[in-house]
Amino acid sequence: MTTAVAAIDFELLGRIFPRVLVDGILLGFVYSLIALGYTMVYGVLEFINFAHSEIFMVGAFIGAEVLLILQAARVLAASPPLLSLLASVLAAGVIAGLLAVTIERVAYRPLRGAPRLVPLISAIGVSFFLQDLVRMIWALHRNAFYLTYPPIEVFNQRFPAGAYALWGGAAAVAIAAIGWLMRRAGRGVARARFESLSMLPKYTSIALGIVSVGLLILDPNRVLTVPVKSLVVIGASLLVLSVLVYVVNQTKLGMAIRAVAEDQATASLMGVNVNQIISVTFLIGGLMGGIAGALFGLQFGTVNPYSGFIPGLKAFTAAVLGGIGNIPGAMLGGLVLGVLEALAGSYLSLISGGAFGAEYKDIFAFSVLILILIFRPRGLLGEVVREKL
Amino acid sequence: MMSKSWGHVVMAVLVALSLTVPLGLTDAMGAAASHGTVKIATQSPLSGGQSVLGVGIKDGATLGVEQAQAALARAGWRVLVVPFDDQAKPDVGVANAKRIVADREILGVVGHLNSGVAIPSSEVYKDANLVMVSPANTNPKITDRGYKNVNRIVGRDDVQGPVGAQFAKSQGAKSVYIIHDKTAYGQGVAEFFRDDARKLGLTIAGFEGTEEKSSFDAIITPIEAKNPDLIYFGGIYDQAAVFFKQVRERGIKAKFLGPDGMDSPELPKIAGNAVVGMHYTTVAGPAAFYPEAKTFAANFKAKFGRDPEPFAAQAFDSARIIIAAIENVSRRGRPDRASVAAAVRNTKNWKGVTGTISFDGRGDLAKAKYFVINIVSADPAKWGSNKLVRGIDVGPGSR
Repeated sequence: MTTAVAAIDFELLGRIFPRVLVDGILLGFVYSLIALGYTMVYGVLEFINFAHSEIFMVGAFIGAEVLLILQAARVLAASPPLLSLLASVLAAGVIAGLLAVTIERVAYRPLRGAPRLVPLISAIGVSFFLQDLVRMIWALHRNAFYLTYPPIEVFNQRFPAGAYALWGGAAAVAIAAIGWLMRRAGRGVARARFESLSMLPKYTSIALGIVSVGLLILDPNRVLTVPVKSLVVIGASLLVLSVLVYVVNQTKLGMAIRAVAEDQATASLMGVNVNQIISVTFLIGGLMGGIAGALFGLQFGTVNPYSGFIPGLKAFTAAVLGGIGNIPGAMLGGLVLGVLEALAGSYLSLISGGAFGAEYKDIFAFSVLILILIFRPRGLLGEVVREKL
Repeated sequence: MMSKSWGHVVMAVLVALSLTVPLGLTDAMGAAASHGTVKIATQSPLSGGQSVLGVGIKDGATLGVEQAQAALARAGWRVLVVPFDDQAKPDVGVANAKRIVADREILGVVGHLNSGVAIPSSEVYKDANLVMVSPANTNPKITDRGYKNVNRIVGRDDVQGPVGAQFAKSQGAKSVYIIHDKTAYGQGVAEFFRDDARKLGLTIAGFEGTEEKSSFDAIITPIEAKNPDLIYFGGIYDQAAVFFKQVRERGIKAKFLGPDGMDSPELPKIAGNAVVGMHYTTVAGPAAFYPEAKTFAANFKAKFGRDPEPFAAQAFDSARIIIAAIENVSRRGRPDRASVAAAVRNTKNWKGVTGTISFDGRGDLAKAKYFVINIVSADPAKWGSNKLVRGIDVGPGSR
């Protein structure tokens, strides 16, 4: 519609870059958390759980419901905000996790021997069912289509990113020190276990360090302000992701999950209870989906019964982008997609002088995705996997 | 064994569901009186994010039919309302429209809420000569197609947009950033706003469409950088509320303005303090602005136990206009759709609760009302006490 294409204002593009990046990383972490649910289930069952986006949505509803109940009981304002947040996020995660396990038991396990398309259709059915079930429950319960997260004032306050970076840097050093102490303490009997546990602080401190230094470099003038809740979302995601990596790679349970993913028949011969491990996988996936839902709601404020669809689709894409079945891949894929989307959404209209608006952001993000998949068909971190029989 | 028993449970649930669905309709069809039955259909979103307004339209029309049917009933006609849920989706609206025209007893439609749904649906009504009176659709295309059966009792966006632009200028805005929802209604009114704002010498800092419903970050960042005086949202409250809330959370202080799609207590319910003090233009003022609507509001509250939603009074009038037309035609024998449509178009100086209604040759109001309203409170219950800032009566094309 615009006739004259205005000159591109490069100064403006540069000025908003740190903000765009922060938005993208934030969205990326939410995608990562959801993507893990897809990728873990795919890893063990080679099946895409399309109901996962609704598990995410249910988590968002439960998270809001907990906060609304706290608000109605007049404890929300009085209790420490982190505690209410913890209650909300944990309830969302646990209920979503149990829901995922139930869905697997009811809708997928009876179809385990069936051709692959059958459980897929079942998953799509479950997805529709959950959307309308949630719509019905909350229509009866609150006569509401939307649930709005009650604002927690502390989380809406904004601080300069530079201040966060200094704190983040300090935290990174402290965590690294704890890790070093753990490694030292581990030089005894339980050496292997301690060593593996000490990986957690190591990676966390590296990630924190990179983010902090990045923020300082990107925003030298300290103009970027970030609300506390965005930091909470990023921090919670990092924590959940590190725990997951630890569980999958360093514990007996994780070993069992990896064994089932590798080969179900052999794993069961080795004494692994396959059904139980599959349930646990759904539990973990649902847990993270639910936590992502509550964090998403906290960040963006409002959820409705169909809120899960688009983030779910994007997260599924992120899982494929990273290499489906691959856990670090899902995290990377989520971050890449989130940042691409933020870049496209904010820059397309500025660069094209209004000819292509933010509505084209998905086209741009998905074009990049297709390009990546042309050159790396198994995703960014996907390995060539032996075809299962 | 296990899977078999699950199958039975699923079957039982499905059977139970399929039994409950048609109940609403059979109730409406009931036994016929001596002459037979005439039906008025309503089409509006009864479920989903815009159902608050859609249910208001349905209930307003129901009340209208109930009050206006006396004369028809005396003549031996049984009058029924058949509500349809268009879900604010064009495809659902068209599918419903096909069911509506297939029922020969339906002689008129009150609907829709969304122009994007009304435009394709009214193509179906047109082919069946079925009259539609819209209580809410403002897109110029509704009547500009020149169909004999399509009318509306509200104003047009090619006036509403400019009314908004003039108001923006009067508020001292020098630059405006425009967001729309990419629907016929939202984008349409946003374009009229933009064109007139440009004519008035305002800078258009941006013009963006989006279907996003939760995360507006990517759109807000350029707005933050351009720092406009005013942000206009061409669209409906369910999306706008989330957007406005996130804009304020970013610390952007620009004024907010929107069209009649903002007119719902759900707006402050979702957005809270973010929308207090903002303005919106509308073609349907709160019932309190129409002196004649007082009794209507009281009756509505007595019947449904709540205050009438925006557009409920318009739906009330729409239904009564159709009933009056049917009554006129029925004096000459069994009313048919084409003559009812012609009678509706001939409506002149009809006294309704939303004003005196005369249709012009295209089905537009000879003179429509436009309002600018100021939101005074974050409490949804106080939506009715929003302040009228400006009220204008103009005909189509007179700007």
